[in-house]
This record gives sequence, structure tokens and C-alpha cells, in this order.
Amino acid sequence: MSRTTTDFLYLVTIVTFILALRFLSRPDKARLGNWIGAAGMLLAIGVTFAQSEVVSYWEIIVGMVIGGGFGAVAARRVKMTAMPQMVALFNGVGGGAAALVSWAEFHNRAPDPGSLKVDIGIAIMLSALIGAISFAGSMVAFAKLQELIQGRPITYPGQQVVNALVLGVALAAGIAIAAGAEEQWLMWVLLAGAAIFGVLFVLPIGGADMPVVISLLNAFTGLAAAATGFELENNVLIVAGMLVGASGTLLTLLMSRAMNRSIANVLFGAFGQVSTEAAAAVAGDGGTVRSATADDVAVMLAYAHKVVFVPGYGLAVAQAQHDVRQLADLLEEKGVEISYAIHPVAGRMPGHMNVLLAEANVPYPQLKEMDEANSEFGRTDVALVVGANDVVNPDARSNEGSPIYGMPILNVDGAQAVVVLKRSMNPGFAGIENPLFYNPKTVMLFGDAKESISKLIEDVKGL
Amino acid sequence: MSHGLLLVFELTILVLAIFLGFEVISKVPTLLHTPLMSGTNAIHGIVIVGAMLVMGQGDKDTLTWVLGFIAVILASANVVGGFVVTDRMLEMFKRRRPERAAKDDDQSAGPQP
Repeated sequence: MSRTTTDFLYLVTIVTFILALRFLSRPDKARLGNWIGAAGMLLAIGVTFAQSEVVSYWEIIVGMVIGGGFGAVAARRVKMTAMPQMVALFNGVGGGAAALVSWAEFHNRAPDPGSLKVDIGIAIMLSALIGAISFAGSMVAFAKLQELIQGRPITYPGQQVVNALVLGVALAAGIAIAAGAEEQWLMWVLLAGAAIFGVLFVLPIGGADMPVVISLLNAFTGLAAAATGFELENNVLIVAGMLVGASGTLLTLLMSRAMNRSIANVLFGAFGQVSTEAAAAVAGDGGTVRSATADDVAVMLAYAHKVVFVPGYGLAVAQAQHDVRQLADLLEEKGVEISYAIHPVAGRMPGHMNVLLAEANVPYPQLKEMDEANSEFGRTDVALVVGANDVVNPDARSNEGSPIYGMPILNVDGAQAVVVLKRSMNPGFAGIENPLFYNPKTVMLFGDAKESISKLIEDVKGL
Repeated sequence: MSHGLLLVFELTILVLAIFLGFEVISKVPTLLHTPLMSGTNAIHGIVIVGAMLVMGQGDKDTLTWVLGFIAVILASANVVGGFVVTDRMLEMFKRRRPERAAKDDDQSAGPQP
């Protein structure tokens, strides 16, 4: 197949990828878009097989069967709650593949003196560097989310300095490669340095900041793929990689904006450490907490006109999304209007909570984004907060001393009444006091979220 | 085509892809951000093309063989896993539960961004 035909068919693949992303703007068309993208990918693979440089097929096919088999099984088995680590894993392997391709290219091209043009050298260096960081960082993110290692920030004195040194060494090796030093050991230093940096840079980031990290690693793998495209002079890699890079960057910005923190602060701030001290200063302006029984809450819910559920990551941890949907169904049968208010960072990756609720068969028109939800709280009778804490904390609006001051929140206190399902009065993950619990409008329903919801279902049925 | 000219063409494509990417992605509602992420995940599996070009060479030494083979395995896990998991997620986004399909009045196409 001539280079012209190949490149033309790669262009078709590019179009399918763009369509796949375009169709994602409509929930009813999104699935079709994904299939179009997959067909484009298949075309690109077929075209690559037909290229004259590709002569040994069976090795590729064996590799594809192994990798594809693993990917298919993992993707079919993964629980929706475990989606963030799955995405991190696929991110990592993609970045790893880009880094390995660059290593092989450098190994094969460098021996002929002067054969490596500067721009190809730069592309190889960037792809290896970013790919290796993405691979190692994603593996740590995976381990944290899978709870193989502790999710809390891991810090030690001089961390920033060590990180900068490691990255500096990797960069120096990369610059030497780009400048034309065709020594194989430089590539080993580059890859090792980048991988160590990847580990060190994700380790100190706490569990609640994972949405930002995963988005960023997604962008990294895209950029690594685009750099690989420059190195192989292949347009489909450049465009596809850059589309992913743009998507990851945009999501990273959205996530950090939703937490009102700069990306630098998320990456280097080790959130959990700072907030405990600040929280102590804020706590203790007291008031009383009213607790209620499931019976009381069931009556409130059943006789309301409009109930808004506010789910947080605690709901996913308690695996209570199906019970919540059952309760919502029961209330709907009684004529109550139901919706769900979803904060952008409710979960461990962008949009995670929407997927969990969709899995529980919640129809997506009931899932409201933050701005839409906030405009509805004024005519809401009961806001039912399940496993959410920081994203409904009014201190973010009014208390300048609070570590989360300025973060956009769901204004549940605008509703007539607020019910908070919570295990106990212990402060949440970040250790920040929440005055919502002391608000006279608020009643607390203590206990495990899943059990509390089950009790509510029983009681609503009994009314 | 000279090498310099090719590079400029590639950079042009790169820059246009950045703008196109931001344009298309910013229209995706937050509702679908997780499928967006796993979908773009599948798309960067396109590095499989690079892995195949490394692995497909006729005359290659052991290191190239090993690197290419691992790269093919990783990239194909990325491609297959990415598309399958995205499909699984998108399948779940329904307007109404099936038993209520009759009530579906087919109005707007979901939450506005």
C-alpha cells in the first residue's frame, strides 16, 4: 500500500475519533460514537498491517491477543466504583507503550551517526519522558485507588527538592539526546528518571485529589502519543494524541476549579496535611446537632413535593446507590419530584457519581449539575445528603479561615429542610468542621448509609 | 517533501488539533465526563500503530523485539479495554427506565451544559 493511500485511510480514522468525541455531547448518541471510534481504530490497525515496513505478522497478533484479552476481561469485570483505577491503569499502559516505542526507535536509529534529526530527537525525548512519567504515575494512582498502598498523602522533608533533582536528571539526559548525543545509556537514565519522578509526584497526593491527578495523567498519555506521532511522522498519532491531551487538560482545569485550588496547589500542596491545623482553628463555634430517627425522616420525605438527593463519595463506598434509587422510586410513586445534585468532584474522577447512579438505573435527566441544582434548592422541601461533606459545607461560602473557602458548593441550606446521613460526628476525610450540621434546618440520621436508606425504604413503604 | 516542510505541516496539524480538541471537548456535559475520560483513554491507544511499526520490522535485534512485543501488549490492552469499558458505561445512560418508556415524551436531549 502506498504512503498516500495509508495516510488517506489514517485521515478516515482521525475523522472517526473526532466524531466519537462529538457524539459524546449527547447522551443518546454517545454509545454510537464510541463504536464509530472503535471502527476507526480497527481501520488504523488494518492499514498498519498493510504497510510495506510491516513484514512479521504473527508476533504482533500474539501480542494483541494477550493484551486485548487482558483488556477485555478487565473491562468487563470491573465494578463501576472501581472505574477510576481502571482508567488509571489503561492510562498507564498507553503511556508505557509510547515510552517503549520511543526507546525502540532511539535504539534502532541512533547507531547511524547523524541519522537522528534534531526534531526527531526532541520527539523521542518528549515521548519517552512523558510516557514514562504517565506510566509510573498511573500505576501509583492505581495502587492508591485500589488501596494497595495508603491513599493519604505520603510526605517527607525536602520532597520537592528530591522531585526536582530527579526530574532534572531525566531532563538533562533528554536534552543530551535531543542535542545529538547518541548514547544508549542516556535513554536508560531518561526513562528511569522519568519513572521515579512519576512515582514520587503522585505519592504525596491524597485520595480526594485523585480527580485532578487522573485527568492530568490522561493528558500526559495523550501528549506522549502525539510526540510519538512526530517521531514516526504519523498524522493519526499526532491528532489523536493531541485530542486526548486537550481533553485531559480541560478536565484537569475543570476539576481544580471545582475545588477552587490551583493545579500547582493540588500537585505540590499535600492537602490533608495543611487542613487539619486550619480546621482546629475554625471548629468549636458550636451550636446543637439535631438527630432524627428513620421514621421522622421517612415522613418528611413522603410528604414533600420535591426531594433532592445529594450523593457524595461516601455513597459509593457504602455501595448504597441502588438503595437510593429504590427509595427515589418509592417517593416518585407517592408523587414526590426527585432529582440528584451532583458536585463536579463527588467521586474519584470527573463525572464518576453520574456513572454510579446511571448504573443504578437512575434516568439521566434527573442528574443535575451544580449550577442547575443550586437554582432548584430554593423550591426544594428536603435535601437528602448521603455521604457528602465538603461539597455541602457552607464555610466554603462564608468562612475565610476555612481551608475550602471559595470552593463552589451545593447550597443545600437553601432547601426547606436538610437531612444528613452520616456515620458519626467525626469530621470527614479532610478533617474540616461542617457548620451545616449545626444549622437549625438540618437533622442528622446517624448510621451506615446503606442501612439508613434501607430503613427509610421500609418506613416509607409502611406509610 | 523536504524534512523541514514536513515538520511545519505536522506542527500545523498539531496546533489545529489542539483548538479542535478544546472546541469539541468543551461541549461534552459533565454528566458524561467519566465516559469522556475512558473514551479518550481508548483513543490514545492509537500508539498501537507505533508499537506495530516497531514489532513489524523484518530484521530486528532482541531488544527491539522485546520492546515492541511489550508495547503491542500494553497498547492493545489500552485499546480493547478502553472501548469496552466506555461502551459498558454509555449503555447505562438511559432517559427512562424501560417499564416507563411509554411515559417518555421525548423532549430535550438531556441536561444543558
